[in-house]
Amino acid sequence: MKNFTAKLAISAVIGAGVALSGAFADAAPKRGGTLNYVVGSKIPSYDGHKETTFGMIHPIRPFYSTLIRVNPDNPADPSDFVCDVCEGDVPKGEEGGTKFTFKIRKDVKFHDGTQMTAHDVKATMDKIIFPPKGIPSARKAFFKAVESVNVDNDYQLTMKLKFPTGSFIPALALPFNFIYAKKDLDAHGYTWHTKNINGTGPFKFVQHQKGSFVEGVRNPTYHHKGRPYLDGIKAISAPKLAVRVNAIRGDRAAIEFRGFPPKHRDDLVKALGKKITVQESDWNCVLMATPNHKRKPFDDVRVRKALTLAIDRWGGSKYLSRIAIVKTVGGVVYPQHSFAANESELLKLAGYSKDIKASRAEAMKLLKDAGAVGKTIDFSNRGVDQPYKIVGTWLIDQWKKVGFKVKQRVQPSPQFYATLRKKKDFDVSIDFNCQSVINPIADITKFLTSAGNNYSQGGDAKADALYEKLLRSGDAKEQRALIRQYEKRVLDDASVAFITLWWYKINPHRSYVKGWKIAPSHYLNQHLDNVWLDK
Amino acid sequence: MSKYIAKRLLMMIPTLIGSAIFVFFLLRLIPGDVCELRLAGTGLYADPAEIALCQKNLGLDQPLFVQFLDFLWGYVVFDLGDSMWTGFPVVHEISIRFELSLQVAIMATAVAIMIAIPLGIISAVKQDTWIDYIVRAFSIAGIAMPSFWLGILIILGMLIITQAMWGEPWMPPIDYVPIWEDPVRNLSQLIWPAVATGYRYSAVATRMTRSALLEVLREDYVRTARAKGLMEKVIINRHALKNALLPVVTIIAIEFAFLMGGLVVTEQVFNLNGLGKLFVESVGAQDFNMTQQLVKLVVVIFIFTNLFVDIFYAWLDPRIRYS
Repeated sequence: MKNFTAKLAISAVIGAGVALSGAFADAAPKRGGTLNYVVGSKIPSYDGHKETTFGMIHPIRPFYSTLIRVNPDNPADPSDFVCDVCEGDVPKGEEGGTKFTFKIRKDVKFHDGTQMTAHDVKATMDKIIFPPKGIPSARKAFFKAVESVNVDNDYQLTMKLKFPTGSFIPALALPFNFIYAKKDLDAHGYTWHTKNINGTGPFKFVQHQKGSFVEGVRNPTYHHKGRPYLDGIKAISAPKLAVRVNAIRGDRAAIEFRGFPPKHRDDLVKALGKKITVQESDWNCVLMATPNHKRKPFDDVRVRKALTLAIDRWGGSKYLSRIAIVKTVGGVVYPQHSFAANESELLKLAGYSKDIKASRAEAMKLLKDAGAVGKTIDFSNRGVDQPYKIVGTWLIDQWKKVGFKVKQRVQPSPQFYATLRKKKDFDVSIDFNCQSVINPIADITKFLTSAGNNYSQGGDAKADALYEKLLRSGDAKEQRALIRQYEKRVLDDASVAFITLWWYKINPHRSYVKGWKIAPSHYLNQHLDNVWLDK
Repeated sequence: MSKYIAKRLLMMIPTLIGSAIFVFFLLRLIPGDVCELRLAGTGLYADPAEIALCQKNLGLDQPLFVQFLDFLWGYVVFDLGDSMWTGFPVVHEISIRFELSLQVAIMATAVAIMIAIPLGIISAVKQDTWIDYIVRAFSIAGIAMPSFWLGILIILGMLIITQAMWGEPWMPPIDYVPIWEDPVRNLSQLIWPAVATGYRYSAVATRMTRSALLEVLREDYVRTARAKGLMEKVIINRHALKNALLPVVTIIAIEFAFLMGGLVVTEQVFNLNGLGKLFVESVGAQDFNMTQQLVKLVVVIFIFTNLFVDIFYAWLDPRIRYS
C-alpha cells in the first residue's frame, strides 16, 4: 500500500509538472512514431459544423484547422487564444468591439494541395453562422451577434458584430469550426463534408475502418512549421471503459483523451508505476439537478430551494471525488475562470454553506411552510455510471435527510432524453451542462427561460433581464458582477435548477506521450500537432 | 429435394414481412430518437430548430405509416437505406462487420467441434469412469461460465502473466486487421474470443454428443454389430456416431447462427467490431434503420442455417427424405 501511494504521488507530481510548467513538453521533442489512442464514443459524421460529440472531435479534429484556437501550450487558461490559420495575435475588437479583422496566413494548404485563402474562411463561417435552409449548424446560436463576414482581400477577413460581446472570440475558438475549402462547398455541396475530409490540419486522412479506427499521417505542408512531430495517428474506437483502461495498460493505446474515473487511474498507476503519467484538471462540465416547475410541489420556489439546501456539496466533494469524475464545488461558471464565484461568494448561496445542519434545518422549515413535508420525488436519471448514477444515488440520500421520499427512474440515454425534453414527466431530473471552450457568457444561458436546454419548464424574469445586460456589457468587471447577480437569482432566489458538483478530468497516459497538456474540456487541444513520443 | 428447398425459400417471405412489421413498430414504441441523442446527448447547447431539421432530414417527422411504407418500399427497390447515425449505406456498414463476425463464428465453431466431439465420445464410451467425471465437470463449468466473463479473465490473465514474465503487459490487438492483410495480427486478436465462446459452445455440444451417443450405443443395431465381432472403434465411428450427430448438428448450427449476430457482450470485452457491437450501438443510438436491417439479417441467417441443417440431416441419415 505504501509502495502504491508512493507511485501515485510520483505520477501525480510528474503529471502536475507536465500540466503546469510544460517543462517536459518543451524539452527537445522527438520526431516520428504513431500515436495510438482510444475513443469511447462513435463517429456520427465527419462534419464538425453539424456534430456535437467528442466521438467525432477526437479522431477527426487532427485533420482540420480552425481560425483561432485555445493556446495548445497553455490550454488550462480559459482566456488564452492564439491564431491557427490567422496571422499574429488574435485581434482585439475595433469600433467598440464590433469589428474584428483577421489576417490570414499565406502558407496554409488543403490536403488536396490547393491554397487556403480568406474566401475559404468566409465560406466556412457563412456555413456555420448563416447556413442555407435545410443545412444543419449545431452552433449557429453561438454567433447570434455576428452581422456579416467579409473578405477584404485574399488574405484578410473582417467580421462585423451587431453589438459587442465577450462571447464572440471564445465561440470562434470552438474546435468544431473546421475550415473547409470554398471550392469543395461550391462543387460538392454543403453535405459533402459529412462523408469526406479535406482539411488543412496537421494530419492527412488515410482511412476510416468504420466502428474500428481512423488513421492519419503527417501533413508535410502543415503551416505550423516543424509540426506535427508524429508520423501518424490512429484513433481506435473502444466504447467499453474496461477495454480503454486495459488498452493503455497493455500498450495497445497510449492515451484516452476524455478521462477516467479515479479508481482506474489508481489501477493503472499501481500496475505500471512510472510508465504512467497522470494529468488532472477541473472539467468544463457540470452535473445538475433540474426540478420541473410545472409539477407540484416543485412549482413552489420554497420546495425547490429546500432541494438545494439539502445538498452537502462540500462533504460530497470530499467523498465522491474518490469514486466518481466529480470534484469541485462551484457556481454557474467554470470554477477556474476569473468570472467564477470564489469560496466566500459561494458560501452566500443557498445550499453552499459548510454548516449543513443549519441548511437542512432551513430546508425543513421551508418544506413545512410549503406543506410539502415527506413528499415523494419522481427522480429521473441517466443509465450511465460515471457520474450520473453515482451522483444520483448520493442526491437521493441528501434529499432523504430533509424528509423527501425519492423514487428513482434510471433509463438508457435515448429514453432519458425523451423524458427530459419531450415527455417532461419527472419531478426532478439529473441534467448536465458540458461545454468546450470556456465561454461563461454563453455557457450560463442554460438557466434562461427561453433556453432550449433549460428543461425546468420555468425560469426567472429577473435573471433573463440580467443576462440581456450581461450580453451587451463590454467591461469584464461589470460582467463578473452581473454574473454574480444572475447566479444568485438562478441558484438561490428563484432556484431555477441546481449545480451539484463540477466534473473532474483525469487523464492517465503512457509516460512516453509528451507535449499534450490537459485542457478543461475533452473537446479541446485535440489537433495533436504538439504531441510527440519519447520512445 | 429441390422442390423442398424452393418451398422453404418461399416461406421466407411471410417470415420476413412478419418480422419487419414487428421490429418496425416495436422500435418506435421506445421513446427518444437519434436526433435528440445526437444533438442534445453531449450536454452541449442543442438548438431545438436544429433537432427539428435533423428529424426532417431523416424523415422522422413523417407519420408512422408513411415511414413504414417507405421502409417496405426499400425492399421492393433493393435499397436498404442509410444508417441514421453515420449516414453511410446500411449495406456498407454491415458488410465491413460481417466478415469479422463470420470469422469469429467459424473459429469458435471449429474450437467447439474440436473439443466437443472427442470429449463427448470419450465421455460416452467411458461412462461413469473418472474420465467421464472430469469431462462432465469440464463441460458443466463451460455451461455455467458466461463467455464474456471468461473473456475478461483471459485478458486480465494475459496482462498480469506477461507483465510478470517480461516486465511489460501484453494484450491482444483491439483494432481489426483482415486475415489476408496480416494473418498473425488477425489471429492474435480473434483466437481469444473464439476460445472464450467456443468453450461455452463446446460444453453444450459435449453434453449433447455424450447423451446422444449413449442412446445410440444402446440400439439393437449396435448390439448386432458387436455380436458380429466388429471392432468397437468401427462401431462407434462408422455406425453409432453418424446417427448420434443429428441433434449435435442442430445445436452447433443454432449456436453458429446465434454467434453471427448475438456475440454482443463478448465482442465488447474484446473490442471486436462485429455485428453484435453494431447491434448494441444501433439500438443505443436509436438508429432505427440500422437496427431493422440487422434484425432482418439475423432472421435470414437463422432461416438459412435451419435449411442447411435440414439438408445436412438427409446426408447424415439417408432414411430422411423431404419429397
